[in-house]
Amino acid sequence: MHGFANPARFLRMARWLMPLLLVPGLVLAFGALAWGVLVVPADRLMGDTVRILFIHVPCVWLGMAGWSMIAISSVIELVWRHPLASIAARAAAVPGAVFTALGLATGSIWGRPTWGTWWVWDGRLTSFLILLFLYLGYIALASAAQRDMAAGGGASRVTAIFGLVGAVNIPIINRSVVWWNSLHQPPSITMGKSSIDGTFLWPLLIAAIGFSLIFGGVVLARMRMLLADIQAEARLRRKAMG
Amino acid sequence: MSAIKPKHQRLVLLVVALAVLIGAGLLAAYALSTQASYFYVPSDLVAKPPEQGRAVRLGGMVERGSIKTMPDGVTINFMVGDGKARVPVRFRGITPELFVEGSGVVAEGRMEGPTFVADNLLAKHDEKYVPREMKDMSKAQAKAVIAETK
Repeated sequence: MHGFANPARFLRMARWLMPLLLVPGLVLAFGALAWGVLVVPADRLMGDTVRILFIHVPCVWLGMAGWSMIAISSVIELVWRHPLASIAARAAAVPGAVFTALGLATGSIWGRPTWGTWWVWDGRLTSFLILLFLYLGYIALASAAQRDMAAGGGASRVTAIFGLVGAVNIPIINRSVVWWNSLHQPPSITMGKSSIDGTFLWPLLIAAIGFSLIFGGVVLARMRMLLADIQAEARLRRKAMG
Repeated sequence: MSAIKPKHQRLVLLVVALAVLIGAGLLAAYALSTQASYFYVPSDLVAKPPEQGRAVRLGGMVERGSIKTMPDGVTINFMVGDGKARVPVRFRGITPELFVEGSGVVAEGRMEGPTFVADNLLAKHDEKYVPREMKDMSKAQAKAVIAETK
């Protein structure tokens, strides 16, 4: 783990790993979406609108996975002070927020024809909207902390603590449909059991793997960018001093 | 006695902080358990009826064979049940596509006497996703069809 504390070593690995994640990710995601839209039969009740499943579910999973990554990186930063941890957390925030927003948008579009409404304030939808707001707050705080760090302050710890506290929302989102009556249905996939028929489940799982690989590739790309930013800034400062 | 390494000190501090955080989250969720529900189920509504005329939501299953259209053609009456209690509901308007007997519904409205008068109906989908061709088959039949088409 601490082998990658050397950014040069990490950057060498990231350079070849990034296309290795992005290319198969794009192939799998688009393949599974095409399968879901063109091949899979209609649902017994929802008809063709069931096809939104293949984009909605991977998006919301990754929205939650993104914050889990922020939380784990924050723990590593706070306890072990790994130099790449805060960069990994910040790199996951933007794609996480994008997938969360996509999950909310596709869910809303799906809700109109099936439930009869674009939006309701039930436990699941509200807690997921809060996740988006947490992401926006985290991104703002992280960029403020970077400026503070450049000026010699220690605000990066505050960002990590915020990432950790925000993780409380993740189990709440997961349990919201069990704890409270909600318009959103209870979970379809729990601990190795699924009430989704195999004809829908396989393209869904492949889409989820594809989207996850894309997510990983984007995180690596953003980590490279953030590291390059820090290097450029350090170089500028040296020039200004000398 | 040797001093604790700073790394371990941070780890202990973090574990304690996380335990407190999770405890606070669980307490908040527990306190919200009654308030954060999106609707009343019929047995709640019968056991602790809200004031007449107060805006509430009622959620449950539309009982099979209970949907009756009134002579005006746009008003429907049906029963919503949860296995323990049942409440008669009146609604005037266009129902969502997934509003069918034996399926879930959330009605927004108020109690008027013993009847729940709904202004709006939302269909509640269950967690099962099944292709249209297989909905009337038994499990064994569906398996045979899947085996055939593979």
